[in-house]
Amino acid sequence: MNWGWLDRNLDTVLEDLQEHIEIALIALALGCIIAFPIGLIAYRWRVTYGPLLAITQILYTVPSLALFVLLINAVGIGQTPVIIGLTIYSLVILVRNLVEGLRAVPPDVIDAATAMGFRQTRRLFAIELPIALPAVIAGLRLACVSNISLVSVGALIGTGGLGQLFIHGFQIDNPIEIWTGIVVTILLALVLDLLIVFGGRLLTPWTRAVR
Amino acid sequence: MGETITWLTSSEQWSGDDGIPARLIEHIWYSALGVVVAFLIAFPVGLLIGHTGRGSLAANSMSNFWRALPTLGVVILVFRIEPLSIWPVLVALVVIAIPPILLNTEVGIRAIDPGIRDAARGMGMTGWQALWRVEVPLATPLILAGLRSATGQVIATATIAAFVGLGGLGRFIIDGYSVRDIGEISGGAVVVAVLALTVEGVFALLQRSLGPKEGRRQRRVSGPAVQPEEVHA
Repeated sequence: MNWGWLDRNLDTVLEDLQEHIEIALIALALGCIIAFPIGLIAYRWRVTYGPLLAITQILYTVPSLALFVLLINAVGIGQTPVIIGLTIYSLVILVRNLVEGLRAVPPDVIDAATAMGFRQTRRLFAIELPIALPAVIAGLRLACVSNISLVSVGALIGTGGLGQLFIHGFQIDNPIEIWTGIVVTILLALVLDLLIVFGGRLLTPWTRAVR
Repeated sequence: MGETITWLTSSEQWSGDDGIPARLIEHIWYSALGVVVAFLIAFPVGLLIGHTGRGSLAANSMSNFWRALPTLGVVILVFRIEPLSIWPVLVALVVIAIPPILLNTEVGIRAIDPGIRDAARGMGMTGWQALWRVEVPLATPLILAGLRSATGQVIATATIAAFVGLGGLGRFIIDGYSVRDIGEISGGAVVVAVLALTVEGVFALLQRSLGPKEGRRQRRVSGPAVQPEEVHA
């Protein structure tokens, strides 16, 4: 193992790490922004849920590499195709978890809120969404880990954050570079996952009281 | 769109060693091998953890870490040890298929009503008999859900085989990209998606036929509805 490589190329690794974080988090944020209204529509008008789920499932079966390559054709090279591709995958996970979370709200709770005079919109924001929050957070965690592991596939089309390290390490036969790429990717996923878990705990203090 | 249809319908795509049928068979072969090997590893471990109730937390935290493993990195690492073989792809596919199978098996077994387990023992069944004749059948819907999501991920990921010079449907995507042939890339993607959706459909039918029968539905004793673990590749 050529440890000196790591020392000399720390800047490259940090740049790749930064790109990796940027792509994964922008896609996650976009996914949330788009998933929220879609999820609410699917929850409010139940007939729309089946078709919406079918469309997102079909999108989900397209391999990431193919999706990235096809998006290059539509939006050009660079970070954009990777970000859009990952946004689509996050969307699938987030919409499903939001709707399932909302649907799991006990009907008694909704009846009680209605009886207390909550109107539909206020009830949604004050009662139903907070109760669905643990499911939403579970979805966020899954989407975040999935984005981080998928950014690397973008390296095959030239924009892959830490994935560039394995492709380059592979081309010049430099194992330390490949290992660095893999280990830093996993560490990044763990750190972001923990941040979401802690953020989620702060937002849902009542779930701890139950335990 | 037009290019995709032209590519998909041209007759040269449908014959020969590098035609769609040959690539499809290769793709199914890699995927099936990956899922079967992963099942042989993950199913017994899931049964053990679910049955004994030990190691559940460890399995859950491991699988979170496991999911973050970048498939491409795994393929490249194994390629350095065993180049020009099926190993790099097989290892990567097994790696991604293990968590959904293991976790669903474990949860399926663990979520069974303890009263049922006691009843099985009370009827004189040994631990093994209770596991095989009561617990596994009850956990079957969840185990199938795990297999279904593992298979979906494996089919999408098997495209990566083309990166290390193997065949499969990924060839169309990688080769199409290198010559900027949009028809070939999207044609390849369409074939992968159709394969994945067909397999999904088969699993849906299997789940329905093995699921609880109509009359027994009220007395359904499997665990709570748990979403299958899913991560894309």
